[in-house]
Amino acid sequence: MSTTVQAPRRRPRRWQVAPYLFTAPAVILYIAFMLVPVGYAVWLSLRAYRIEGALLGRKTDVFVGLENYAAVLTNPDFAAGFGRLAVYGIIAVPLTLGLALLFALVLDTPAARLKRFGRTAIFIPYAVPGVVAALLWGFMYLPSTSPFSYLTRAVGLGTIPFLEEPGLFGSLANIAVWGGVGFNMIIIYTSLRSIPSEIYESARLDGASETQIALRIKVPLVVPALVLTGVFSLIGTLQLYSEPATLQPMTSAISNTWVPLMTIYRDAFGTDDLPQAAAASTVLAVGTVLVSVIILRIVNRKRMGVER
Amino acid sequence: MTTTTTARPGPAATAGRRPSDRARTRRRQGGWGVLPTIVLLVGAIYCLIPVIWVYVAASKTRGELFTTFTFAPGTGLWENLVALFAYEGGQYLLWCLNSLVYSGVGSLLSVLVSTMAGYGLAKYEFRGRSFLFLSILAGVLIPGIVLAVPQYLLLSQLGLVGTHWSVLLPSIISPFGIYLSRVYAMSAVPQETLEAARIDGAGEWRIFQTIVLPLMVPGMVTVFLLQFIGTWNNFLLPYIMLSDQDLYPLTVGLFTLLAKGSGSPALYSVAITGAAVSIIPLLALVLFLQRYWRLDLVSGGLKG
Repeated sequence: MSTTVQAPRRRPRRWQVAPYLFTAPAVILYIAFMLVPVGYAVWLSLRAYRIEGALLGRKTDVFVGLENYAAVLTNPDFAAGFGRLAVYGIIAVPLTLGLALLFALVLDTPAARLKRFGRTAIFIPYAVPGVVAALLWGFMYLPSTSPFSYLTRAVGLGTIPFLEEPGLFGSLANIAVWGGVGFNMIIIYTSLRSIPSEIYESARLDGASETQIALRIKVPLVVPALVLTGVFSLIGTLQLYSEPATLQPMTSAISNTWVPLMTIYRDAFGTDDLPQAAAASTVLAVGTVLVSVIILRIVNRKRMGVER
Repeated sequence: MTTTTTARPGPAATAGRRPSDRARTRRRQGGWGVLPTIVLLVGAIYCLIPVIWVYVAASKTRGELFTTFTFAPGTGLWENLVALFAYEGGQYLLWCLNSLVYSGVGSLLSVLVSTMAGYGLAKYEFRGRSFLFLSILAGVLIPGIVLAVPQYLLLSQLGLVGTHWSVLLPSIISPFGIYLSRVYAMSAVPQETLEAARIDGAGEWRIFQTIVLPLMVPGMVTVFLLQFIGTWNNFLLPYIMLSDQDLYPLTVGLFTLLAKGSGSPALYSVAITGAAVSIIPLLALVLFLQRYWRLDLVSGGLKG
């Protein structure tokens, strides 16, 4: 942490063209594929813009102010989607972070064996795309192929309703936990490894147990890493789309508006109501940025090297 | 496995002590006994079960898939592979190639752009630097998926929707990659070396090519891998942009296979086998390149 080299403090002797050239490709792409789309979405969201097939017939659009936003915020489908997202997130995010922290602490424990195997195995799901992960778990949930339901049927408990609400929330959260634990574990673990071991030595000399060291020293020191992984998990939660969409053919419990992004997708490409989709996208983006910024601000301001 | 080289008190040294002493020594070195190992093993099994399942299931014939116990291997592996690669005249192979092109080319360009920008932001003082950096940080927080719909609209006006470019171009810009490159450049490129090269009369681009790039390779590998896996796993962007099945990446291809499968269960085996095969390259990549990762970059605990 303290080893980062200080940024150059000398005053620029002359106006340099080099830094602008180095950052130019990124700036151009950033403007073209992030700023302009965001701006375009905001502009579009303020219009009523019925499209009958052709995108070029844009002369017909009118400025309607915040009408689309009012429609989005009062849309029961959208609200219900956020409600489901909240239930899903409340299960998935703490479980992902908690398990990631647990595995990272275990990896950092001298007594643990098979560390390399464990670390690699837990990291493997990170390499599996969300769609494929949903496909794998989907078959493990599907009554006719599920090994879990096979076992419960064998002992007379019947089939586990993985793909019916409310179990569906747990099933979807499990896919996210499975896919996310490994990456977050590595982030927290590398952060644990950067703590100088002298701290532990002196704590041990003072008679602290391994449990006390873990809870009183390690956990507080990795809080920044936890915040970072928490924000990423949260952003991931708000973007939930491919997992429920993949499970959709397997169950009737997932509607076309099950999560907000599915509603946005339907508005944009199903019913061609682009301004509505744009307004909903904007709401989702603003919500994500707000929540992330609030978390980052509250928990620690010095993160991400902004203040230097 | 790493062997412990630090001198532990051997059996001879501890043998003479009282049992309580020995127990204390053991506790000091580890604590919790075998519990950590068990936790780790349970985690490993949890993470491996679906992967093992998909390979077992890929070996089953259509009939076996729904009748035999899920972890009992079947007899139809070869049959499934043939069906997979014959599907729609070999479309699966095209999907693999497309995924490789989108992820490979996209991440390579992304790494170049990110490295240059990260270096520029880390090592130069210039007007607008903080503003630029803050804008990029804000970009990290904008969910890429939310951009997909407006990106679709803009690219469709340029006539690029439905082409390789519509997936490739938006994948190049990575605010997170730029952020990581800046972090890495700050710690890996010494200011004195740059000054020395400047005094020797080297141009800025030459300095970048001959001095900076080699120093930044570990950071670049990390950004490349993160970006590669991110693009490989991306679903919504290609799903929105593409309509020609021959241009699909694996994620979208497998998704459509599964969606069709609900109508004709014969395709379930093809989808499962396709999923099993599609995991192999990324598994190999992650396992092989694990040691080159500098994920301490991400956690902020970078040691130069």
